[in-house]
Amino acid sequence: MAQITLVEAITQALAFEMQRDPKVVVFGEDVGLNGGVFRATDGLQARFGHERVLDTPLAENMIAGIAIGMAVQGLRPVAEFQFMGFIYPGLDQILSHAARYRNRTRGRLSCPIVYRAPYGGGIHAPEHHSESTEALFAHIPGLRLVVPSSPARAYGLLLAAIRDPDPVVFLEPKRIYRAVRQEVVDNGEALPLDRAFVLREGSDITLIAWGALLKETLQVAEQLSTEGIEAEVIDLATLKPLDIHTIIDSLEKTHRCVLIHEAARFCGLGAEVASQINEYAFDLLHAPVQRVTGFDTVMPYYQLEDVYLPGVPRIMTAVREVLEYANGGAA
Amino acid sequence: MHKPRMQLLASFDIASLQYLDESGQTTQALPDFATPDTLVSLYRQMTLARMVDDRAVKMQRTGQLGTYPSSLGQEAIGVGVGAAMAKEDVYCPNYRETGALLERGVRIEEIYAIWGGDERGQNYRHVCEDLPLSVPIATQMLHGAGVAFALKYKHEQLGEPIRAAVTSGGDGATSKGDFYEAINLAGDWKLPLVVVINNNQWAISLPRSGQTACKTLAQKAIAAGIPSLQVDGNDVIAVYQAVLEALQLAHEGGGPSMIEAVTYRLCDHTTADDASRYQPQEGVKEAWGREPLRRLRIYLESLGIWGDSQEEELQRELKEMLEEAVRVYRQTPRDKSTAIFDHLYGTLPEAFIEQYQQLQGDS
Ligand SMILES: Cc1ncc(C[n+]2csc(CCOP(=O)(O)OP(=O)(O)O)c2C)c(N)n1
Repeated sequence: MAQITLVEAITQALAFEMQRDPKVVVFGEDVGLNGGVFRATDGLQARFGHERVLDTPLAENMIAGIAIGMAVQGLRPVAEFQFMGFIYPGLDQILSHAARYRNRTRGRLSCPIVYRAPYGGGIHAPEHHSESTEALFAHIPGLRLVVPSSPARAYGLLLAAIRDPDPVVFLEPKRIYRAVRQEVVDNGEALPLDRAFVLREGSDITLIAWGALLKETLQVAEQLSTEGIEAEVIDLATLKPLDIHTIIDSLEKTHRCVLIHEAARFCGLGAEVASQINEYAFDLLHAPVQRVTGFDTVMPYYQLEDVYLPGVPRIMTAVREVLEYANGGAA
Repeated sequence: MHKPRMQLLASFDIASLQYLDESGQTTQALPDFATPDTLVSLYRQMTLARMVDDRAVKMQRTGQLGTYPSSLGQEAIGVGVGAAMAKEDVYCPNYRETGALLERGVRIEEIYAIWGGDERGQNYRHVCEDLPLSVPIATQMLHGAGVAFALKYKHEQLGEPIRAAVTSGGDGATSKGDFYEAINLAGDWKLPLVVVINNNQWAISLPRSGQTACKTLAQKAIAAGIPSLQVDGNDVIAVYQAVLEALQLAHEGGGPSMIEAVTYRLCDHTTADDASRYQPQEGVKEAWGREPLRRLRIYLESLGIWGDSQEEELQRELKEMLEEAVRVYRQTPRDKSTAIFDHLYGTLPEAFIEQYQQLQGDS
């Protein structure tokens, strides 16, 4: 079995599904001959032709909009945006139309679209290339929002996203595009959407993250383990709809929780998860849920990027506070 | 002063098409389709569109319908476009297209349902694959381009018959990026797309002159490298012929084209608007002299195939139809409460079951 990176897993999933289903078409800026700026579509045009892997003119709103027309006619468009910071021109089409066609036509038309975009900071890119604004999409009824965190989950979740009958915003954490290699079986098996994955079992504290930050989160868990503290680590994976059950199940064991995300704190997804925990599992908690997030600032240029991004020390501080609250919160 | 020598690299012409002038006189030989039967049928459909609009406005005024955008004065465009399309083509409309929707087979009560706040009005799966109407300006033109891509793709890759997409929008829509992006892509990818601009001179209160410095809207297509034409949008024969030709080109693999249909909105922008605040009254009066129904009726009369008795008979027949539709609309109970979740996703994700259950038993 081949050891592949996350971005290679994306390519592999696209290729598998294009081979399986002639209705899958891939398009975006530079995705054809060049194979995408991150090479996620590398080799697809040579293999599947110019009619199925298309370089579009440079207009994101157009990319988002034509996907809708294709989808309502039964194709399975997979549209790439070069960076999440450039998806904004397409927001109107995604929010006002892709997310609503099924409802607007009472089920007559639907938009099985995947909108893919590399997202997140940490690669020393110019401004607008490091955004983590997933909450914009999470808020919108009718959309699915998926973030893989490993090659295997990228492969399985992307297949699921393409096969899903509804629009999926698929955000790829580009910081870990090539961070690890993993064995991925190219057998076309999808992973379930709307499900969180427990990456590590533990009984002392629940750490919840998604995408690139799972790397640091797992490091924290390892470090804690050397001290005899076992953290359960949950990869949210599908950010909307949210799998609160897996989180509650975990809290029944751990009673403590830290949420970790790269996006700004205010109205970030951590707020929603914390709020649902409050509604459904308040009695289980031995300490208030803590959030470790990006700051409520513009993502800085790369010299200060590390200041913005939550890292192991900030996660560890929050974890200690939550653990200590249980030990001596009343003191 | 030194004047640099320059070479002319490109130049263009914009043609305009008309068959029937304001006084109902033909300005040239009519195209083949224009048999008495077809012309009577077009007249009938324009009359119906006007009656449906008129009734909608009255229902809105009496609280039986929500905000409604009438197409009074521009019936020739909707009806011409709808009639010229093949059943298998796909229409991607803006919101002011009652005439076209009726031509496409959408029922009157469905149109009332849409504006009466019931999404079920856009589930006309019994007639066509047309898109629902689009409220955000010009966005539907990109859906049209996507549909056109899919139709081309399905023909070339999957062996389906050749079909085309038609999309419409107002003069205001030509100021938006979606419009430029759609025609630009359609030209580049040679998509089977027909773009119809309903130039009714107003985008709410902003006149056509405030929208662009372009002399015609048709010439905007030049920048996208696609053929275009201006037609008299009050002449249903011209609209029909232009759309027919554009569709033929698309069906033959010749790619996209654009039609600017020039008309005048003779009503408020919607029932929530008061056009007297901005529309000069002389302009409206003049425009009534050019409206599409009267001129076709005069022409039909000149052929000796129309008169007061035919008109009365038509009005009676259509009124009966309209009354029946109004009755069906009024008697349709509102959708069940849980319907707000039923079509949000293909199947309801677990995360929403609790909210869904809150509404159960509420219906
Ligand atoms: C993107 C967007 N902005 C604003 C509006 C509000 N609005 C509704 S209709 C309209 C004017 C549209 O004019 P035009 O395109 O000429 O079409 P018409 O209504 O005259 O047929 C405006 C500004 C809207 N629906 N969508």
